[in-house]
Amino acid sequence: MIGYVLRRLAGAIPTLFIIVAVAFFMMRAAPGGPFDGERKLPPEIERNIKAAYDLDKPLVTQFGLYLGRLLTGDFGPSFKNKDFSVGELIAAGAPVSLRLGLSAITIAALIGMALGIIAALNQNRATDFSVMSAAMIGITIPTFVTAPLLTLLLGVYAGWLPVATWNNGALANMILPVTVLALPQIAVISRLTRGSMIEVLRSNFVRTARAKGLSEFTVVTRHALPAALLPLVSYLGPATAALVTGSLVVEQIFQLPGIGRYFVLGALNRDYTLVMGVIILYASLIIALNLIADVLYAVLDPKVRLA
Amino acid sequence: MSLAGQAAPGDALEPIKGRSLWDDARRRLFANRAAVASMIALGTIALMALLADVLSPHAYYDIDYDRIAIPPTFDEQHWFGTDANGRDLFVRVLYGARVSLAVGIVATVVSLIIGVLWGAVAGFVGGRVDAIMMRIVDVLYSLPFIFFVIILMVVFDRNFILMFVAIGAVEWLTMARIVRGQTLSIRQKEFIEAARAAGVGTFTMIRRHVIPNLLGPVVVYVTLTIPAVILAESFLSFLGLGIQEPLTSWGVLISEGANEMETKPWMLFFPALFMAVTLFSLNFIGDGLRDALDPKDR
Repeated sequence: MIGYVLRRLAGAIPTLFIIVAVAFFMMRAAPGGPFDGERKLPPEIERNIKAAYDLDKPLVTQFGLYLGRLLTGDFGPSFKNKDFSVGELIAAGAPVSLRLGLSAITIAALIGMALGIIAALNQNRATDFSVMSAAMIGITIPTFVTAPLLTLLLGVYAGWLPVATWNNGALANMILPVTVLALPQIAVISRLTRGSMIEVLRSNFVRTARAKGLSEFTVVTRHALPAALLPLVSYLGPATAALVTGSLVVEQIFQLPGIGRYFVLGALNRDYTLVMGVIILYASLIIALNLIADVLYAVLDPKVRLA
Repeated sequence: MSLAGQAAPGDALEPIKGRSLWDDARRRLFANRAAVASMIALGTIALMALLADVLSPHAYYDIDYDRIAIPPTFDEQHWFGTDANGRDLFVRVLYGARVSLAVGIVATVVSLIIGVLWGAVAGFVGGRVDAIMMRIVDVLYSLPFIFFVIILMVVFDRNFILMFVAIGAVEWLTMARIVRGQTLSIRQKEFIEAARAAGVGTFTMIRRHVIPNLLGPVVVYVTLTIPAVILAESFLSFLGLGIQEPLTSWGVLISEGANEMETKPWMLFFPALFMAVTLFSLNFIGDGLRDALDPKDR
């Protein structure tokens, strides 16, 4: 197991390199540049700006320079957010997104799994339909509707919760955005759990466990649940990575200083270094979480061998 | 004299009809009331979308300058009211249905085919093949969706089919991971060992023995992919990369309606209602299919 993890970690370096290279050249292939604006810059000024950011050099040289700086931990300056380096922007926003995302995925996993198990144990009965219908609401209504709707109901009309802003992560300020982020995840997690739980509850080892006279609670939690979690584990890795790197919609509606907006705004503004910075962060998370997921397969299902 | 049940000589023997997995599945699916009701609901919406021009006297791009943003009324047959530009909302919801259902189905089928094959091969063959295939998935995962779309739009020019491809090309990744995870567990099962002992080839084994056993989680995830795809389309349209005005989709109508929800709630309510009914139906059909296809549940 340890050997497997070490080998995968060593394998992460070339993967990361390929991601950086593909993202770098793909972004440069897109038309437009960071300094294209409504107002045309005088050619000499444009030349000076490009020279200052090495944008006048051949693409491969630029890539080499960028890699060199990356190795020293320098993500470079942001092209659009003047006076900030990419490292500073990410360091300022990441803790906010991390807190929101981790809270949302934890809550979603707990509620979703509980709902899924309840539904599976009452398959095709009234409880099943009502629990699953309630969970589905989270996925049928998009976040750009739930966010303003909940703000309107709980923030404006009822006045229970602050409408927006981060306020240093005060609990009251976190409730609305975390709820909005968690709702669609609850829907997905509960559905995945229900589906695989139904399948596992019919398998032979569960019948054996029941035949041994174990309590229903032990059968479900100790025997059935670990096997039923396999599809969920595959889903949770990337979902966690996506949640902790923030969401444009939620950050804009609640005015939160996270990093989710950098993915979209950076790409639209051709802020090359900023996009590269968030891609590297996201890619590292994806690789790490997928590795954890693969190890968890072996933990949850003793038949799975890691090779 | 012949015993009851014994065929008299000369009578044509009633051929014994085997019940295939698919016959059984169909019978069980149609016995599921929620699934049947959902199929009827979904069929009705699809039919309404196809007959949009017959059902309403208005065209989706017609502007009624005297009735801008009016609530639902039987006057002039604006059953769902009109939008901020005075266009009939009923017709626009039905035209939106065409786009959203088409995107949802095409992109989901693309992601289903690629994802299941990719995941099943990686998980079943294992070893180096698995490592390389899954690292490719990691790489694709890490590239921002939005950039991928911008590049595609620039290289191939903006078009409708491309949007389906772009969305499908991103959505298959999670499917591949889920399928691979299941396959890792399936390939250790006794029936695979038995099949291998019987000399079944790798490809046949994946097709006949692995994929049928994956159907449960796959069907469930498909019902989750369709809403994700419909919403991804609305996000692209919101950024100006998807559907073009005056054509519309549910996602676009809902996001327009969300901006006006306090003063003109009908602009959010009707498209949201149609989308919710569709997604709920898909869901119950998905659950019904999952139950019907489960080989252990006979």
